[in-house]
Amino acid sequence: MIKVLHPGIYNTVQDQGRFGYAKMGIPTAGFLDAYTADFGNFLLDNKESDAAVEITFGQGKFQFTRPTVFCLTGGDFSPKLDSDLIEMNRVYRAKSGAVLSFGKRNFGARTYLAVQGGIQSEVILKSRSFSKGITPVRLEKGDELKTVEQQELRETGNARVREHVDHFTSGDLTCYPGPEFDRLNDRQKQRLSEPFTLSSDNNRVGYRLNEPLENDLQPILTSSVLPGTIQLTPSGKLIVLMKDCQVSGGYPRVLQLSEYAISRLSQKMAGENVRFKMHNFNL
Amino acid sequence: MNQYKLTYKPLGKSAVLIEWPSKIDEAIIQDIVAFEKNIEKNKGVLDTIIAYNSLTIKYDNEIDFDSETNRLKKLYKQKKRPKKQESKCWQIPVCYDTEFGPDLTEIAEAKKLSTEEVIQLHTAPPYLIYFLGFQPGFLYLGGLNDQIHTPRRATPRLRVAKGSVGIGGAQTGVYPQQTSGGWNIIGKSPIDFFDITKQQPCFAKAGDRIQFVSIDKETFNEIAAEEEKGNYELKFQSL
Repeated sequence: MIKVLHPGIYNTVQDQGRFGYAKMGIPTAGFLDAYTADFGNFLLDNKESDAAVEITFGQGKFQFTRPTVFCLTGGDFSPKLDSDLIEMNRVYRAKSGAVLSFGKRNFGARTYLAVQGGIQSEVILKSRSFSKGITPVRLEKGDELKTVEQQELRETGNARVREHVDHFTSGDLTCYPGPEFDRLNDRQKQRLSEPFTLSSDNNRVGYRLNEPLENDLQPILTSSVLPGTIQLTPSGKLIVLMKDCQVSGGYPRVLQLSEYAISRLSQKMAGENVRFKMHNFNL
Repeated sequence: MNQYKLTYKPLGKSAVLIEWPSKIDEAIIQDIVAFEKNIEKNKGVLDTIIAYNSLTIKYDNEIDFDSETNRLKKLYKQKKRPKKQESKCWQIPVCYDTEFGPDLTEIAEAKKLSTEEVIQLHTAPPYLIYFLGFQPGFLYLGGLNDQIHTPRRATPRLRVAKGSVGIGGAQTGVYPQQTSGGWNIIGKSPIDFFDITKQQPCFAKAGDRIQFVSIDKETFNEIAAEEEKGNYELKFQSL
């Protein structure tokens, strides 16, 4: 079991998401950075569908109540097992009672704590992903997360691997035209191709960008949106929808991020730069 | 049945957005619901999302947009709909007591109606469910009598109780969970619109209808107690 000693600011259990229920208004949820979360499951030889803990901004403290094989992927916040600094992307076996904590930020925003066999929180509507109104909203102090019987740590000697280094350094986000992209004029399209900075208003529902576009578009009849949909709000500010977004919205959808770009964006913090990369800005 | 001229747009690499003419129209939503029924059985589809004039299909992998839209276009042309939709009209009990509906009196005064007349206007029509969104189990309903259209409140309430029935502009609906919200609250339903313990967490679906039925506080408490135990059987008519 893993005990939550300190809940951090917004830590949740996630898996690949909850599918098949959008018609009922249920958000997808799931790993914000599916890329590095999948990597954690891979390193542990877990199933792709196994759940992990998503830790926001390196805040939180966890205790392993029995020997546990685990690894950390994603954002690097100087993790420590008891008093020893440990490495990202490396498989460890924690002793019973060992405490996992974090320190200074090196890079990234979301860290994944994956354990052998996956986190065994309750499956509701075919997923363990935390989602408001369906599961607990986030982890609280004292919560206990079940794990499966742990196997010996295999001595393969090559358990440490690095993921793509660009994942944390590059602000380039691959995207495609959204359904209302063609309603934009050339100046608006030009502006979209230039850099934006992330505002401090960013969470699992969406990331707002600081720089406004001139905006004369009419709202649309409420229509579907997906994680990665970029909406142009009446004030001209852009919102990039993330995994906890609603299933529909009425703002024009100007761009759609690639699945991978959602992962890359979720590792950015307020003030960082991003740039939308698209083949056909029609400039 | 109508055949509409549909437009197909990619939404990223693994989703297709199909659009009907941009209006809120009963025949359009019935056409979308019928089309969606035919699509769902195909493998590789993760999710479908229905809205007023659109259907989005999300796939589990990247798709070839041109070949997939060709397949969908054929499916739309071929769609056989010999039997009528299995849609239902659900009877939704609502208690319009001012304890549950703090804005009922204000609406009545603004419209120069009695509260009874407001209740009568609100319970008269069967409302069409266009789609679900905003929150799990929230129904976008059409058919509110324009005599009781009421602008949203200037300052949204931070807490609106689960089950609250409200009017926001030309829309009416039930909040399936406690939330913050700017609609004018006129009553409360003891019915769970979203119950994760059920295999079908939402009883209602796009294309169904609901009719509000006015109940007193005593009946509200009885139904709420039965609903809590999972014993209340919601009444409906097949359409």
